[in-house]
Amino acid sequence: MADARALVHRRAGLRLWLSAGWIALVAAAALLAPWIAPHDPLAQDLFLGRLPPFWMEGTEPGYWLGTDSLGRDVLSRILHGARIALIVAVIAGTLTCLIGATLGLLAGFLRGWVDLVISRLIDIWMAFPPVLFSILLIAVLGPGLTSIIIAIVVIDWTRFARVVRAEAMAQGAMDYVASARVAGRTRIGTMLREILPNVLPTIVVLLTLEMGIAVIVEAILSFVNLSISTDDPTWGGMIAEGRTSVHQAWWVLVFPLVTLFLTVLAFSQLGEGLKDRYDPVLQ
Amino acid sequence: MSFLQVTNLSARIKGSDHRLLRGVSLTVEAGEVRGLVGESGAGKSMIGKAILGILPRAIEITGGSILLNGTELLTLSPAERRRLIGASTALIPQDPLTALNPSRRIGPQITDRLVDILGWSRSAADARATELLDEVQITDPTRVLRAYPHELSGGMRQRILIASAFAAEPKLIIADEPTTALDVTVQKQILKLIATMQARHGTALLFVTHDLGVVAKVCQKISVLYGGLVVEDTTAEAYFTGPAHAYSRALLAATPKYTNPEASLLPIPDAVIAAVQADVDAYDRRVP
Repeated sequence: MADARALVHRRAGLRLWLSAGWIALVAAAALLAPWIAPHDPLAQDLFLGRLPPFWMEGTEPGYWLGTDSLGRDVLSRILHGARIALIVAVIAGTLTCLIGATLGLLAGFLRGWVDLVISRLIDIWMAFPPVLFSILLIAVLGPGLTSIIIAIVVIDWTRFARVVRAEAMAQGAMDYVASARVAGRTRIGTMLREILPNVLPTIVVLLTLEMGIAVIVEAILSFVNLSISTDDPTWGGMIAEGRTSVHQAWWVLVFPLVTLFLTVLAFSQLGEGLKDRYDPVLQ
Repeated sequence: MSFLQVTNLSARIKGSDHRLLRGVSLTVEAGEVRGLVGESGAGKSMIGKAILGILPRAIEITGGSILLNGTELLTLSPAERRRLIGASTALIPQDPLTALNPSRRIGPQITDRLVDILGWSRSAADARATELLDEVQITDPTRVLRAYPHELSGGMRQRILIASAFAAEPKLIIADEPTTALDVTVQKQILKLIATMQARHGTALLFVTHDLGVVAKVCQKISVLYGGLVVEDTTAEAYFTGPAHAYSRALLAATPKYTNPEASLLPIPDAVIAAVQADVDAYDRRVP
């Protein structure tokens, strides 16, 4: 006889739907950019420079969000920029998560010398200033998409490792772990079948946060000109270029900035929303 | 020969002289219930954990032996030990709220051991789980087996843990304060249930508790612990009619009595504590 606790309904998660909706939109833009973008994102036309967005005076039809100082279409560049943003978010986020969560889980559950080695490694790692570290890394690796992803993974795995370690330690002290051990589970078996499912909600939240962070890091590196070649449209690159002409053409800066902001926000809210919806422990 | 024979078991915190168990000896015969009583910190739970091999990492066993059905546990390889413990013993843990994995359904948590260690088929194990839940008076077992722990009340979870402990027909169950985390009315039901199950299955039971009322109801033998030292090892009858050791007498006198509330809640006299502490110090001098 399960009592009424089983009947408690979860909140319908507006947060989940809004954030998932926005990310789906960005993903669609990334996939379909060549077909839905009204213009070639690289095509310059100096006669059409600094056109304002559609609701203002002096626009040209077809340039919905205006153009930058070289006459490139802002909307098309944002749509194409979504590709690099998403590639970085998904690949860098996932790799960071895999490495960090694995090390954190091992350290938190096995303890002993494994924990000692991993924890000291985290301490040392976190003492490096992250921005300088990433700039240094990219200087060594050379700019490019792969370098950015490597830089993000190398810098950010500690974020996962620390949190997952703490969580695994807390779970490891629970009686159900002792029961599983008495029932004959091996240590690794206990870690994977008993601890991991309980740490998973935290890992999912961290993963989505990390995807947002990856987008920001890519933008920052673009901003300091260490990302992809400046020809490829990226949101960070657009923001950097827009900054120089913000007084004459604010839209070149503001639209990619808002897109970036919404995307990062959507990633973090997606994680929280998923946790609310699917974590069996939360009511 | 006793089913469980602990001899001269000593333990301490790793890398310090802080002793936790001081030469503990006790036996549990097949089908017998032994109560292990003492104040908090006396080392009651530690003994149970040492037997099951789930001591915290910071604690090391420094000497003694644990014979389970004639096999020395302390020298066994981890894999062999795990198999032996898994097949012949079980634990009823203290806190039902943390003793079930919150992210797994109830069913597999009961049947894991049957399938993994004893090699039962999934369907036979499921049938057994249903039967067990029936036995611990849970109505609608099929639904409960599919539920998650948070959907069930504390008393219900403790019933499930009891069912789970008896699942593989172990020869020995260690109950680590199984009623402490429950409220008083539920405590009584759970205690009765454990006693009934124990009698029906003929399982030996090591009952760790600080509640002498519990001991009086279910135990045949009693070990009284102070500072990791067994100060008295006697039968329940002898204990409640007139314990030999002054500390045991004081512990018994400190138990609240419903019949005479005025006389209840007697603290243990300082002189008795001093005497029993002297025993502990004497042990430490004798065994360096």
